[in-house]
Amino acid sequence: MSELLNVSSNPHVRDKESTSTIMADVIIALIPASIFGIYNFGIHAAYLILATILSCVLSEYLFEKVTRQKNTIRDLSAVVTGLLLALNLPSDLPIWMAVIGGIFAIIIVKQLFGGIGQNFMNPALAARCFLVLSFGSRMTVFTYDAITGATPLKLLRETGEGDLIHMFLGITAGTIGETSVIALLVGAIYLLAKKIIDFRIPFTYIAVFAVFILIFGDKPFDLEYLAAHLCGGGLMLGAFFMATDYVTAPITPRGKIVFGVCLGLLTGVFRIYGPNTEGVSFAIIFCNLLVPLIEKITIPKPFGGKKKSRHKEAL
Amino acid sequence: MSVLTFKGGVHPADGKKLTRNKAIDEYLPEKCEFAIPLGQHIGAPATALVEVGERVLVNQKIGEASGFISANIHSSVSGVVKAIAPRKLANGNKVMSVIIDSDGEYKTMPEIIGNKYEDLSREEKLELIKEAGVVGMGCAGFPTHVKLSPKNPDEIDYVIVNGAECEPYLTSDYRRMMEHPDIIVEGLKIALSLFKNAKGIIAVEDNKLEAIVKLKKMVAKENDIEVKTLFTKYPQGGERSLIFATTKRTLDSSKLPEDVGCIVHNIDTIYSIYNAVIQRKPLVNRVVTITGDAIKYPGNYLVPIGVDIDKLVRDTSEFTCEPEKIISGGPMMGISIYDTHIPVTKCTSAILAFKKDEVSHIEPSNCINCGRCVSVCPSRILPSRLAKASDVCDEEQFLELSGMECVECGSCSYICPAKRQITQSIKTMKKSILAKRRK
Repeated sequence: MSELLNVSSNPHVRDKESTSTIMADVIIALIPASIFGIYNFGIHAAYLILATILSCVLSEYLFEKVTRQKNTIRDLSAVVTGLLLALNLPSDLPIWMAVIGGIFAIIIVKQLFGGIGQNFMNPALAARCFLVLSFGSRMTVFTYDAITGATPLKLLRETGEGDLIHMFLGITAGTIGETSVIALLVGAIYLLAKKIIDFRIPFTYIAVFAVFILIFGDKPFDLEYLAAHLCGGGLMLGAFFMATDYVTAPITPRGKIVFGVCLGLLTGVFRIYGPNTEGVSFAIIFCNLLVPLIEKITIPKPFGGKKKSRHKEAL
Repeated sequence: MSVLTFKGGVHPADGKKLTRNKAIDEYLPEKCEFAIPLGQHIGAPATALVEVGERVLVNQKIGEASGFISANIHSSVSGVVKAIAPRKLANGNKVMSVIIDSDGEYKTMPEIIGNKYEDLSREEKLELIKEAGVVGMGCAGFPTHVKLSPKNPDEIDYVIVNGAECEPYLTSDYRRMMEHPDIIVEGLKIALSLFKNAKGIIAVEDNKLEAIVKLKKMVAKENDIEVKTLFTKYPQGGERSLIFATTKRTLDSSKLPEDVGCIVHNIDTIYSIYNAVIQRKPLVNRVVTITGDAIKYPGNYLVPIGVDIDKLVRDTSEFTCEPEKIISGGPMMGISIYDTHIPVTKCTSAILAFKKDEVSHIEPSNCINCGRCVSVCPSRILPSRLAKASDVCDEEQFLELSGMECVECGSCSYICPAKRQITQSIKTMKKSILAKRRK
């Protein structure tokens, strides 16, 4: 054998799935909601989506160029961040504000902490919250059919009623991607079926939130009121697409459940008792901060063993 | 019947169709050099019993076990001892070996006639197995007579024959089951006769249905032996996964299978037990699967121990081109070798040659915390966190996260979308901790 042979540690075969194929799957899952958003809110929504995606990808590219790091835009995670940010914006936001959001998400929240996998908050949601705090009047006012109207959640709080059919289909006011429950569920089913996301977080999140609303809501034990809460606001988008963000969710199986419980409770508290009618984004980024703690208390028991390592004394 | 399994695991492309229908072909090379290592097993290497210039015959004992955990070594050829010198093995270690210039005639030792099988006592059977140099032929190479002598023989409830063969590409055990199901059952009966209360289980993955059907027919009249069907998943044949799947008993690194009343044997080991006790033949050859996309004629061969791997492949199955990677063993847990001039040992289950190396070209990226490694880990630990602790040499954190429970199956590296070398990092840390403990 004249040629040199390659050597490496086992295993010598790898699965086909990679970071970029996972991100591509998330993008595919968000397409129904994005298309519906454009249909529902008009062409300006499309411009916003393009603007956030471009600003995210460009910021990542330039930041890595300036700091002389390896270019990572091919992993598509910046596209996902941009798309998710756009879906969390009101449809008539000025483009420049959206661009600032994209830059903030990538540079401040993601790259300054070490790039993909290192951020401790969901970049898209952190950017959304940054925009809400900076440009509150533009971020919390929603125009629909050229009328500045209330979102379904606001109506729900004021009147205690919601138009369920419209909310399920998404023909209401709200951010670009959050309104259509059906479009979001189609994407969520795709992600669950392809095992991109784990069912634990969204299911416990929604279940705990539902219980909270049933007990502490304005109309206790009213199923119609509960359904309106589940379909309204960013719950579906948040539960299936934002809370399940790998980087900012616990890695331990039991931790995912604890995380879902915290999310459900916080969202309930924010929606029922908070000054705003919406609570999903703040609940998620707040719970992101709890992740290290949650992981610490949910380290799994190894197969066939005891929880604590007995080897400690032996060393 | 229900299909048994464990929690976790992966489904790599299995590649078994290349060789699954290739009958075992005996390979006996003509005059050539054999290097028979004196340490092919776990434990102390054997001491050489022959001198340079001495003539040896097939089945002649050339190495004597040199401790409690050690095994005898026998010659697989007839010829003249040329040297006793260190030779490199698949793992890169140099091991003292008996180098024999074979005469290509394969003259065997005169047959030994002893007591009839029915008259043998437990001790005599164990002595025969020990004398024949039988070791675990899966990959560990643990001396079989030691495994068959647990502290409390009466507390062994199950002797499990591991026919899972969950590693992709490997078909040597499958062929043994297809061609000699009777011997597998007889061999298992010998092992069972050593334990008063034990029942036999032959566990086979459900991608080998033909073998399951054959074995079931064989054991139809046996009261103490059951053939169990396993779900096809890697690492189903890992000792802990297998014991759990077949008996629902669990064990961690602090326990041996005998502590939970189980003894697990590889198919080829059971075959060798039969040879040792019934035929009075030592372990001098084994079935090797030679396959991969750089191999012209993939197949299963019965190969004398000590033959040079390079010669073996060129004589039997040929390379189609210069391979980029050659693996001794399966693709999940095998060792990639950098020199093909190494001998076949009792533990060489396969030789895989690939045109392209899948792994070296991939550049790892940041961990995205997706948790795939956690969900596939058969030990239910947190591989990505352990790898991180290992990379920064944080021993305390590594032990806190039960890093020593890792079975090094490679599932985490296989599944990782960021293509990180998780298994490698964990193995490195484990090795350094074990080395410290030994001090």
